Amino acid sequence: MKLRRSMLFVPGSNTSMVCNAFVYRPDTVMFDLEDSVAVSEKDSARLMVYHALQHFTYEDVETAVRVNPLNSIYGLLDLEAVIRAGVDIVRLPKTDCVEDVLDMQEVIEKIEYKIGTSKKTKLLAAIESARGVVNAVDIARCSDRLMGIALGAEDFVRDLHTQRTKSGSELMAARAQILLAARAAKIHAFDSVFSDVKDKEGFEREARYIRDLGFDGKSLINPNQISVLHKIFAPSKKNVEWSLDVIEAAENAKEKGLGVVSIDGKMVDAPIIARAKWTLELAKASGMLGGDE
Amino acid sequence: MNKIDKSAYAGTLESSDAFIEIKPIDQDEIRIELHSSVEEMYGDDIRDLITKCVQELGISYISIKVQDKGALDYVIKARLQAAILRANQKDKIEWEKL
Repeated sequence: MKLRRSMLFVPGSNTSMVCNAFVYRPDTVMFDLEDSVAVSEKDSARLMVYHALQHFTYEDVETAVRVNPLNSIYGLLDLEAVIRAGVDIVRLPKTDCVEDVLDMQEVIEKIEYKIGTSKKTKLLAAIESARGVVNAVDIARCSDRLMGIALGAEDFVRDLHTQRTKSGSELMAARAQILLAARAAKIHAFDSVFSDVKDKEGFEREARYIRDLGFDGKSLINPNQISVLHKIFAPSKKNVEWSLDVIEAAENAKEKGLGVVSIDGKMVDAPIIARAKWTLELAKASGMLGGDE
Repeated sequence: MNKIDKSAYAGTLESSDAFIEIKPIDQDEIRIELHSSVEEMYGDDIRDLITKCVQELGISYISIKVQDKGALDYVIKARLQAAILRANQKDKIEWEKL
């Protein structure tokens, strides 16, 4: 199972970041062609990302690109570039309704057909408005290309006529709705960026909070946030040991043809086994079982 | 060979980037002026890259000034292509050539 704890935003106009983002080993590198790129640099950033996506340094990294909306003069050009370059995921900005996803999907399908690729580009819908949050359930289940939905908090709070606070109370309803919609559709749920890069404590607090809510991960704007986030998402040693025991017990029971497993007198059923497997995946990715980090 | 319509530029002078200025000239040649901290070691490679990139777009009669700040090959290519597209103000991009 692909872990997607960290999605590092990389402005397509920031050459140094584009060239070096892979070094920081986020789970996904998210090149941005939308809000972080000035209008005068849209063309140049698009070409930069087009070439970066094809460079060998990004061969083993999952890549995503936040494109401009289709109703802008840049959207179609962005899609043409990134699909041709073989991006893994297209992030739709400002997804308000099902039609936004289906329109984008139709254009992507046409480009894939035109260039003759067998690759099926995935979609990630960023929900950044009250309307989008209200429609999140329908959005989450509208396309088999949709791998996740993400909260875009900055635009959302503006739409809600409020502002970001340290407590995050203004995002409570949106986070709950997006998470439930994603889980019901069995796709990923991603939290918004934490913009104050100097507030390390605040970032850690928010990361723990969204982890406990059930989010898969978080969009990030600074590479320094990656290792902090990965540590927070890593399971505890006790939990890993318990998960190893669960898997061992489950395998033993299977060998013996037993339907029910118990550890220390407590019954272990399928959901618990599935959770144990997930914990071990996280532990492996976090370097606790000879994994990647 | 195609000429570019007007002068244009792309890129920045920031580290890892390149600033590329192009302008049309009357002679049928690809004239390159390169300023790079790695010119001694990679100057010929960078010139070859620029020449190939311009030829692939079917362009000649062009003067190219490159201020390289340690850019990777694909960065130089992206900046050069952006400058050429800006110079020709084309609506349709021939992605196969990029």
